[in-house]
Amino acid sequence: MRARTRSNKWLIYIPLILAAFFYLIPMYVMLVTGFKGFEEVSLKTMWDLPKAIRFDNFIEAYDKLAPYLWNSFNMVFPAAIISSILGSLNGYVLAKWKFKGSEIIFPAILFGMFIPYQSILIPLVEFMRDINLYGGLPGLVLAHVIYGIPITTLTFRNYYATIPKELIEASRIDGCGLLSSYWHILLPISAPAFVVVIIWQFTSAWNDFLFAVVLTSPTNWPVTVALNNMAGSQIIAWNVQMAGSFLAAVPTLLVYIFLGRYFLRGLMAGALKG
Amino acid sequence: MRIKRETLLSVALVTPSIIAIAVFVYGFIGWTARVSLSKWKGLLPDYTWVGLDNFKGLFQDPRFHIDIRNTLIFTVIFVIGSLIIGLGLAILLDQNIKGEGFFRSLYLFPMAISFIVTGVVWRWLMNPATGSRMSGLNLLFDKLGLDFLINQWYTTPTWGIAFIAIPAIWQMSGYTMALYLGGLRGIPIELREAAQVDGANEFQIYQNIILPLLRPITLSAMIILGHISLKVFDLIVAVSGKQLPLDVPAIYMWQVTFDGYFFGRGAAIGILLLLSVAVLIIPYLIYTLRTEAEV
Repeated sequence: MRARTRSNKWLIYIPLILAAFFYLIPMYVMLVTGFKGFEEVSLKTMWDLPKAIRFDNFIEAYDKLAPYLWNSFNMVFPAAIISSILGSLNGYVLAKWKFKGSEIIFPAILFGMFIPYQSILIPLVEFMRDINLYGGLPGLVLAHVIYGIPITTLTFRNYYATIPKELIEASRIDGCGLLSSYWHILLPISAPAFVVVIIWQFTSAWNDFLFAVVLTSPTNWPVTVALNNMAGSQIIAWNVQMAGSFLAAVPTLLVYIFLGRYFLRGLMAGALKG
Repeated sequence: MRIKRETLLSVALVTPSIIAIAVFVYGFIGWTARVSLSKWKGLLPDYTWVGLDNFKGLFQDPRFHIDIRNTLIFTVIFVIGSLIIGLGLAILLDQNIKGEGFFRSLYLFPMAISFIVTGVVWRWLMNPATGSRMSGLNLLFDKLGLDFLINQWYTTPTWGIAFIAIPAIWQMSGYTMALYLGGLRGIPIELREAAQVDGANEFQIYQNIILPLLRPITLSAMIILGHISLKVFDLIVAVSGKQLPLDVPAIYMWQVTFDGYFFGRGAAIGILLLLSVAVLIIPYLIYTLRTEAEV
């Protein structure tokens, strides 16, 4: 019985490899198209490997997308960092300094993570107009910061909950108050949670389309909006669209490849299992 | 005294976030609800009370009927597809195989990519053109001799929306796999061993022990995937632009509000979306937080 299971084990790899093909197909097409020269690009040869590695498509796509890629960069870093700091403070209080009503506040904050943004979009636009942040990147940053608070709070609360109470109590005996306990005890060991949260916020802000399309004017578009616009245009060739898609995916893909472990933890926090 | 001061301080630390959420989540929902009960159509706000007229208008609107139907079809295919593929891959990866980490990261990488990128690429993969202009997967099927698979993809009459679920499954099935894999890892090895000692075969172990234990994961996954599918927007926009046969509530909301300036109706769609998500999420939140508290 045992021997049979073992000898058949390689069979498992057949579905696994087939699935790998399924997940890689779009990557394959983006890359082989991107690396072809213009003269070689044709829908007929879509699946063929390039005869020589050329960068025509990437250069053309970069020319078209560069300003929007920079808009995205300028927007995601402040968005990720500010919402992480807020999440850390909230998580600290909600995990270690529970006050009357905090057990109601926590789920009330979490609910914000799941709402369909269509239900707040009209007031959001009106509000941004009222405070003169409509059309620009700061307004978009503000939206990402605020709607990022639920997930950052959740992640930090779960992380701080695993840190023994005794640590805080000991620091209090040493005369630490609420803030100095945070500063001297928790913050120095918060790096893993910060990495998870910043990566998560970076990825979601970079990939967002809905907020960007309703809150920013064309010069301030992040790359997702610009790419979608490019894909909708009849003038821009499909091969440039493919190369552009790849450029828009590179930053988050790099994060995933090099920091995937932390990305995964953020992903799981989204399922509420901290 | 110190305790009291610190309680105040702790409240003060979370106050900015609480105010932000109170305004931007709850306040704005209330504001949207108010707009949904108003006459507002046009560039200038008009809060004249019209009761439920916007909702009535919506339910009499053939376009909204298409939206509901499309959302249902999309949700069913997307959720079931992701669950089956996710569970299947998780079980395969849980067999102590070499290269597990490699496959796992490979299946999950679409999660790092935006729905817009996915949509633009799949728009070309699912290109419905035939004959000499054939491309994308149809061309691949043609080359591989799998002609029976050639189809019109998202331009298929009536069922086009079902094909939009393919890129969505591509993007989210890896995530479902990760959820299941987490669940499988949580099942104590002693349980399996005990069943083996009792003479159960692999199939029986899965059917009688492991799958029932995975039910809570299936429930979470269904809720997470379900609420994503109710909100689906950017993927469809990127695959197909804004075609009526592939319309969903989120696209209708966007167009009617920001292109058509019918804010009252847009707000009504927003509120309906919120209600349908809330029906899924609120019991889930209560349940998860309660079990968490018990542990």
